[in-house]
Amino acid sequence: MSPTAFRTPAGMTRRHFNMHLAGSAAMASTAFSFGNAIAANAEELRKNRKSAILLWMGGGPSTIDLWDLKPGAPTGGPFRPIGTTGNAQISEHLPMLAQQMHHLSVVRSMSTREADHNRGRYYMHTGFVPNPSIEHPSYGSVIAHELFAQRPELQIPPFVSVGGAGAGPGFLGMAWAPFSVTSNGRIRNLDMKIDDKRLMQRVAALELIENNFVKQTRPGAAGLGSPAAEHQKVLRKTLDLMTSDQMQAFKVEQEPTEVKERYGTTGFGQGCLLARRLVEAGVPFVEVDLGGWDNHSDIFNTLSNRKLPEMDRAMSALVEDLAQRELLQDTAIIWMGEFGRTPRINQDAGRDHWARSWSIVAGGGGLRGGLAIGETSSDGTEVLSEPYSSEDLMATVCKGLGISLDTTYTSKNGRPMKIAGGGKVIQELLA
Amino acid sequence: MRVFLLLTFVAVCWAGVIQAAQPTMPPQVEQINASIEQQWRDYEIKPAPDAPVAVWCRRVYLDVIGRIPTLQELNEFLQDRAPGNRQRLVEKLLEDERYAEEYAGHWATVWANILIGRSGGQDNNSLTNRDGMMKYLRDAFASNQPYDRMVYELVTAEGATKPGVAGFNGAVNFLIDKVNEEDAVLATSSTSRIFLGLQVQCTQCHNHPFNQWKQQRFWDFNAFFRQTRALRRFVPGTNDIDHAELVNEDFAGQANDARDALIFYELRNGLVKAAYPVFIDDTAIGVSGYLSEVNRRQELGRLIVNSPYLDKMMVNRMWAHFLGYGFTKPVDDLGPHNTASHPDLLEYLATEVRKNSHDVKDLIRWITLSKPYQLSARHTGTNEIDDPSIGEPPKFSHFYLRQMTAEQLYQSLVTASGATAAGSYERQEQQRRQWLQQFVVAFGTDEGDEATTFNGSIPQALMLFNGELTTQAISNRDGGFLKRVVLEQKTPRDRVTHLFLTGLARRPSRDELSVASKLLTARGGDEIAMLQDLWWAIINSNEFIMQH
Repeated sequence: MSPTAFRTPAGMTRRHFNMHLAGSAAMASTAFSFGNAIAANAEELRKNRKSAILLWMGGGPSTIDLWDLKPGAPTGGPFRPIGTTGNAQISEHLPMLAQQMHHLSVVRSMSTREADHNRGRYYMHTGFVPNPSIEHPSYGSVIAHELFAQRPELQIPPFVSVGGAGAGPGFLGMAWAPFSVTSNGRIRNLDMKIDDKRLMQRVAALELIENNFVKQTRPGAAGLGSPAAEHQKVLRKTLDLMTSDQMQAFKVEQEPTEVKERYGTTGFGQGCLLARRLVEAGVPFVEVDLGGWDNHSDIFNTLSNRKLPEMDRAMSALVEDLAQRELLQDTAIIWMGEFGRTPRINQDAGRDHWARSWSIVAGGGGLRGGLAIGETSSDGTEVLSEPYSSEDLMATVCKGLGISLDTTYTSKNGRPMKIAGGGKVIQELLA
Repeated sequence: MRVFLLLTFVAVCWAGVIQAAQPTMPPQVEQINASIEQQWRDYEIKPAPDAPVAVWCRRVYLDVIGRIPTLQELNEFLQDRAPGNRQRLVEKLLEDERYAEEYAGHWATVWANILIGRSGGQDNNSLTNRDGMMKYLRDAFASNQPYDRMVYELVTAEGATKPGVAGFNGAVNFLIDKVNEEDAVLATSSTSRIFLGLQVQCTQCHNHPFNQWKQQRFWDFNAFFRQTRALRRFVPGTNDIDHAELVNEDFAGQANDARDALIFYELRNGLVKAAYPVFIDDTAIGVSGYLSEVNRRQELGRLIVNSPYLDKMMVNRMWAHFLGYGFTKPVDDLGPHNTASHPDLLEYLATEVRKNSHDVKDLIRWITLSKPYQLSARHTGTNEIDDPSIGEPPKFSHFYLRQMTAEQLYQSLVTASGATAAGSYERQEQQRRQWLQQFVVAFGTDEGDEATTFNGSIPQALMLFNGELTTQAISNRDGGFLKRVVLEQKTPRDRVTHLFLTGLARRPSRDELSVASKLLTARGGDEIAMLQDLWWAIINSNEFIMQH
C-alpha cells in the first residue's frame, strides 16, 4: 500500500498522484513504467501515430446488394450499381459514399467458413475460430495494445467500442477490454463528488485490501493474470479516466449542429462522429457498431429505406472529415460484418447467412483507396480470384499501421500466437 | 428426501435437549468425492485446504440464494460449531420459510437469463413478458418442481405471456419470441442447446465438420415446432400490442397436405430435402400436421424428458453454477466432440438425478456438501496446473475465483447495507431491472445475442466507484447502514471489524486496522466519514465482488 496517500502535498493533481501511486504499487503495469521517459518525444510521436476505426455491421450485411452487385442475375436483387470516384461501382442507395470511394477500396473476394453469428463474429474479430480452451484477443485489443506505446499521454482507454459490445481482450487481460459507450458518448457514473485527496486515500485503502487478497489466493506468485490481479489493472485505468481532461473527447454533443447533421442524427451517425473525436484525442482503436443487418426477410425495403441511408450519410461524413483533417492517411477504416448474405433470395424476400463469397471495405491508414479488389462469379456464389480471409485482412491492416507481422504473443497456456493469425498481406490493398 | 427432512426435524428437536445431531450425509456426496479425489491422485495434485468457515458461508449464500449473508446470519452460522453445521446451513437455505422467497427469486433470475437472455422482454419489439417468465420460474422453484417437469412445461406451454390476462401461462415466454421468424430456427437451436446440451445452430445451413449433428437432424428437430405460432393481442381499439399468445395450430406442411405435413430445407448445393419430426435418438412421431392426431410439441416434450441428455445437462449446468466450471466447456455443449473432464462422474450424477425424480434441491445438497465445494481458492503449488482459464480441463482442486454476477452484486449490496429503500415487490423489481439493464449490450442480430459489460471492465468499475447504489450504501444518513453500525457497536475498532465481516466475511488484518486509523486522522476524527471511506474501499475490492 501507499502510505504517501495520507500526506499529499497540497496542489498535487489527481493525475500526478495517480502516476505516483501506480509507481509505488507492486502491480504497476509496463504501460505506466515508461511514462515520463517518453513524454519528451510526445510531439514527435503524435505526428506518426496511427489509429484504426472498425465499422462493425452486426448481423451480416448483404454485400451483394452494397458492394458487389449482380444486376441481371436471377438472384441479384433490384438494386442498380452506380459509378463512384474510385474504380468500384456500388449500390445506388449509397450516393454520398460514392463520392468518397477514391479513399476506400472494396475487397470482393472474402471467403470464410463461419456462417453462424457468434462464430462469425468471433472469427472476424480475432482471426481464429472459437476454441473452448483459449480466448483469443480481438483485433481491437491487439491494435490498442501495439499502438499504445506511441501515446504516453493517453489517459482514456485505448480501445473504445461505440454502440456495441466490441470483442474481448482474451488472454491479453481485462485492461485491454473495449470500453463500451453509447453512441451519444455519455458515460455513466463518472463523477465521484469528493475531493481528490480523499479519493486517493480511499484508493489507498482499497489497494491494501486488494493486495492482501491477491497474496492470500496465490502466495508466492505475484498473482499476475489472475482475475484478482486483473481487477487491479482495471481500477488503475478507471482512475486515470475519471481524472482526465481527455474525457472531453466523448462530448459529441459539443459539435456544431451542421456537423452533427452531416453525420446524421442517428445512433450510427453520432457514433461515427464520436469515433473521429476519439481518434483526434489519440485513441488507437475505435469500433462503431451498426446492427440490424440480419435481414432474413424483406431485405430490399429494409436496406433502401433504413439501413443504407443511415450508413451512407455517417460513413461518407467520417471519411470526408478525416480526409479534410489530414487524419485519414494515419487512420485505417475497416467496414465489415460477420459474413455476407446468400446470393439467393428466400421465400420471405430475404437473404440468409453466407460466408463463402462476400465483400469488405477498407481504406486510409496506409491502405490504398479507389480499388475494386478481387472478383466473384456472375451470380455471386463463388470467388474467382484469390480468396481472402479475416487473417489476411488483419495482416494488411497491421502492416498499413506499421505493426510488425512478426509480433508474437504467448497465450496463458504457453502457446505462441502470431499477430493476425499468420495471415498473408493483401498486396494490392497496401499503399 | 422426505426421510431426510424427518431426520432434520428429529435433529432440531434433539438440539434443544442435548446438541445438534449430525444429519446423514447423502451417499452421492461420497461418490462425488471419490471420483474427484481419484483424479487428484492421478495427476499428483494436492488440493487446496478447506475454505475458512466464514468464507464458505458467504459462498453458499451467494450460490444458493444469490446474495452474501448479513452479519447476523454469518454469526449464527459461526456459532454452530457442532459436526454437520455446514449441512445444517444448506438445509436452512433450502427449506427454511425465511429463505423461500429469496431462493425462488434467485433461481428464477438465473433461469430467466438462460431462457430469454438478459435483454429478453426489455424492448418494445419483443413479445416476451419478463414478469411472466419470472413469475412462472419463481413458482416452479418455490414449489421445488422437478426439473424434468419444468422442462416439459417450458417446451409444451400454450397460453398468454402476461400475468393477469386470461389464459396466462408464464412458461410460454421461453418460446414466444422464437417461433415466428425464420421457421422457428431459434426455438430449435435454443431448445436443443439449453435442455439437451446439443449445439446445432451451425447445422441449420450445412453439415458441420466438428459436429455429429447433420443438417437433416436440425430440420427433423425443427419440424416439432411447426404447429406453433405466436399471436399478437392488441390493446382494444389501438395498434399497441398488449401481450402475446403462444398457440398450436394445424400445420399443412410445405407440400400443403396436413396428413403428411413435411417441411423442406435446402442443402448448400441447392438440392431440396424433406424433413419430418424425428428426435435425436431417431424416434419418429406421426407425420400428421393435425393437432387432433399429433401434438408435436407435446411429443417433443416427452422425448426430451426421457432423454439421458436431459439428466446430464441438468447436472452439468448445476455443477458449473456452484463450481465455476462444468464438466464440459462450454457448459451447454455435450456433443461427442467435446470430452467431459470427469465423464464417469457426469454419467453417475446423471443417473442419480433421474433415480431421484430430478429433484433440484437434492442436487444442490450433493454439490454443496461435496469436497471440491469446500476448498479454498488457494494455489498450493502442486495444484498450479489446475487452471481451467488456460484451457486445462478442470480438476476442481481449488475453488475457482469468479466474479459475482451483476444480479448477485446488486442483491448483496442491497442486503449488506440496505442500500435501497423498501417498496412493493414490483417497485423493487423494477429498480433492480433498470440497474441491471445498464450492463446489457445487444449485438444487433435477429437471434438477440447479447453481451454484458459487467465483466470486470471499466464501466463496472465506474459503477462501483461512483454509482448510485454505492452512494446509497456508504451514505451517512440517519437510519442508514453506517449510522446503525455506529449505534450498535461500541468502539471504532468494533465498527471497522463489523464492516469487514459484513463485506468480506473476515476480520481486518493489522495493516487494514492501521489504514483505518490513518483514515480517521485524515478525516479529522470524524468517524462516520472514516467508515464511509472504508466501506467504499471494501465494496470496491476484488475480495468483495468475487465469489471465492
